[in-house]
Amino acid sequence: MPNFTVIWLQSGGCGGCTMSLLCAENPGLTERLEDAGIELLWHPSLSQATGGEALQQIEAVLGGQRRLDALCVEGSLLRGPNGTGRFHVLAGTGRAMIDWVRELAAVARHTVAVGTCAAFGGVTAGGSNPTDACGLQYDGRYPGGLLGTGYRSGAGLPVINVAGCPTHPDWVLDTLQLLARDELAAEHLDQFARPSMYTEHLAHHGCPRNEFYEYKASAVQPSDLGCMMEHLGCLGTQAHADCNTRPWNGEGSCTRGGYACINCAAPEFEEPGHPFLETPNVAGIPIGLPTDMPKAWFIALSSLAKAATPARIKQNARADHIVARPSRKTRRS
Amino acid sequence: MSRLVMGPFNRVEGDLEVQIETADGRVSSAWVNSPLYRGFEQILLGKAPEDALVYAPRVCGVCSISQSVAAAHALADAYGAETPPNGVHAINLIHANENLVDHLTHFYLFFMPDFAREEYAARPWHETVAQRFRAVHGSAAAEFLQARAEFMHLMGLLAGKWPHSLAIQPGGCTRAVTPRERLHLGNIVGSFRRFLEKRVFGSPLEEIAALDDIAALRRWQETHAPSRSDFACFLELADDTGLASLGRAADRFMSYGSYRGPEGATHFARGVWHDGRHSRLDIDGITEDVSHSWMAGETEPPARGLTQPDPERQDAYSWCKAPRLHGGTVEVGALARQVVDGQPLIRELVTESGGNVRNRVIARLLETARVTLAMVAWIDALRPGEPFHVPTRSLAECAGVGLTEAARGSLGHWLTIEDGRIRNYQIISPTTWNFSPRDANGRPGALEQALENTPIDDDGANQPIAVQHIVRSFDPCMVCTVH
Repeated sequence: MPNFTVIWLQSGGCGGCTMSLLCAENPGLTERLEDAGIELLWHPSLSQATGGEALQQIEAVLGGQRRLDALCVEGSLLRGPNGTGRFHVLAGTGRAMIDWVRELAAVARHTVAVGTCAAFGGVTAGGSNPTDACGLQYDGRYPGGLLGTGYRSGAGLPVINVAGCPTHPDWVLDTLQLLARDELAAEHLDQFARPSMYTEHLAHHGCPRNEFYEYKASAVQPSDLGCMMEHLGCLGTQAHADCNTRPWNGEGSCTRGGYACINCAAPEFEEPGHPFLETPNVAGIPIGLPTDMPKAWFIALSSLAKAATPARIKQNARADHIVARPSRKTRRS
Repeated sequence: MSRLVMGPFNRVEGDLEVQIETADGRVSSAWVNSPLYRGFEQILLGKAPEDALVYAPRVCGVCSISQSVAAAHALADAYGAETPPNGVHAINLIHANENLVDHLTHFYLFFMPDFAREEYAARPWHETVAQRFRAVHGSAAAEFLQARAEFMHLMGLLAGKWPHSLAIQPGGCTRAVTPRERLHLGNIVGSFRRFLEKRVFGSPLEEIAALDDIAALRRWQETHAPSRSDFACFLELADDTGLASLGRAADRFMSYGSYRGPEGATHFARGVWHDGRHSRLDIDGITEDVSHSWMAGETEPPARGLTQPDPERQDAYSWCKAPRLHGGTVEVGALARQVVDGQPLIRELVTESGGNVRNRVIARLLETARVTLAMVAWIDALRPGEPFHVPTRSLAECAGVGLTEAARGSLGHWLTIEDGRIRNYQIISPTTWNFSPRDANGRPGALEQALENTPIDDDGANQPIAVQHIVRSFDPCMVCTVH
């Protein structure tokens, strides 16, 4: 079988999705690519080729001499100033990156947005969005973006949005490997064209703070062990991602690291409308409720759970290490 | 006289374009263009101050933790917040994890693959070196990536994930460790140390950290075969290809000092090294010039700086501003950090041949050994059960500065808060210093200086190899540069 060829371009992002990719392990990145038959025609951080040699790869694809199985774009697409794309002119070419991306997307069998920036605009589109940044096929939560709603790649798929800030190395490699095996179809994408293999879970699943969540025993300051939903801005119960069942860098995740999930794989996560690390509430009830949870039930269950919270859980929730241990069940003789 | 436009550069972080003018087989002038602008300093305006902790790391996926540290320091400075000793050590461990990973990612994935290029096919070492260091497919890449990923488990434990953690706060670290986890941190560093001693150096770290003059380095080199030590391999290549005579800039070095101790002093000293002398760093002497940047405004100190793009500005050729210290160009990075700190071998190398491609790489590897040893001590200093974080109180009207060192050099955040919101946020990143364009006096940035007089043997080639080495010797991070 011929190799699955990839050109990877970086634009209005931080390079962090590539850095995260390098954290792939068991097997590591280079072995994984080799085993999956994935060939990087060009990747700006990894390839041997530089300057003219790199541009030749791109030209060969555009000239039809080289087949391009996947165009991966990392970073948002900068349309400004005034639609010129001049905020990123690809070095050595005098040409805006958005023009290169449009042209390559037109010939690619698949187009993959790596990271929330390339998918939806992400952090670069935050605040006043000074560069008129957007995603490949989304502008925030609205379809469109650089390539437009009608865009379909050579294989007939929309842009595949491997969102995340950054992306987990497995999300990216699993997606590419599935594409290489022809095993990723439209039905495997969610409502934002993200591969549902990682977005059909919630970041809440597998969170080690679940017992605190159950009893609404809440952390009040960073480093407390309790649930961070009530006060510290945690969106784990609403975030579509498998971060706590597919850990990061060995055993990690945001909530395991002691800080809130900020729902970074979602469109417009960069503008939550309140400070990231505070939970907005109305009369003590958090405004964002757990996904699929009716409000009345949440309120009822919360007050019941709070009333039933064991002392152990209440104490530990506001400590940075276990101060009360589980009691031992005495056996009836 | 001919002019050459080089780009895109591979194996630098982000996009970079360099123009060189050559005459008589040498570079007569160089212009460095950072062709990407994102506008973080504009995006941050009006936000809640603590939101900087979410935004700032995303300036850069490579120096993400350094950006977190600078942002947390700026907030702590503004609020007068204190960090408990455990928090200080945990943050240093997280920061060191990133910095060392960056140093070796630079060495194995970005810098060394250039020696696998065809230009060197006739050299006796080429085949072995290409087999080990060729990009992606060389034997070192897979080996290093495994050691790297395992070392990053420290990050997983203490910072949740990498890049883009929120574990570093003005009041300390969000993750307390248990006694068992403290042992585990030691095991992670121990395993990384084994990789360093077996593959990178082929020698105990203490021996590397103790190299105190050039004679000692040469003696060490004689007893360590390049086939068993990647450091020895580099030294051999450096001698054979003359890397010590490439890429000298102004030899004025600056370091903010890094890895703050519980008492506030930094593990590596702060200061300036110039003309064989150490002097105190006067932070108020820093300004940013925009005369050759696509930016509106005038030269300002960062606390009052403005970031407003002006794509039509006359004479501009980069999105990067030109930071200057008392009006002069400085070089930042591991070499600057170690020479300012007074590491005797590095001082002697700089006295002998200045800042150059070889010395920058030596300093990076030597620092890797020194910091790994420091990490062992920081883990020992953790006291499970004592606080890692203390609550901070925010202030509605205040200003702060956060200074730290990323792997590739000095990083500063200048923050002004008004009415509980960010009124101004200015960032000067390491590569902003090193890859700045000219200033109003026509003085070039450090890389522009370093490229001048570079011999271009392969006339007609579109990517002169010497230029590639010089550019990468700074370990540039272009996404940081303009932000």
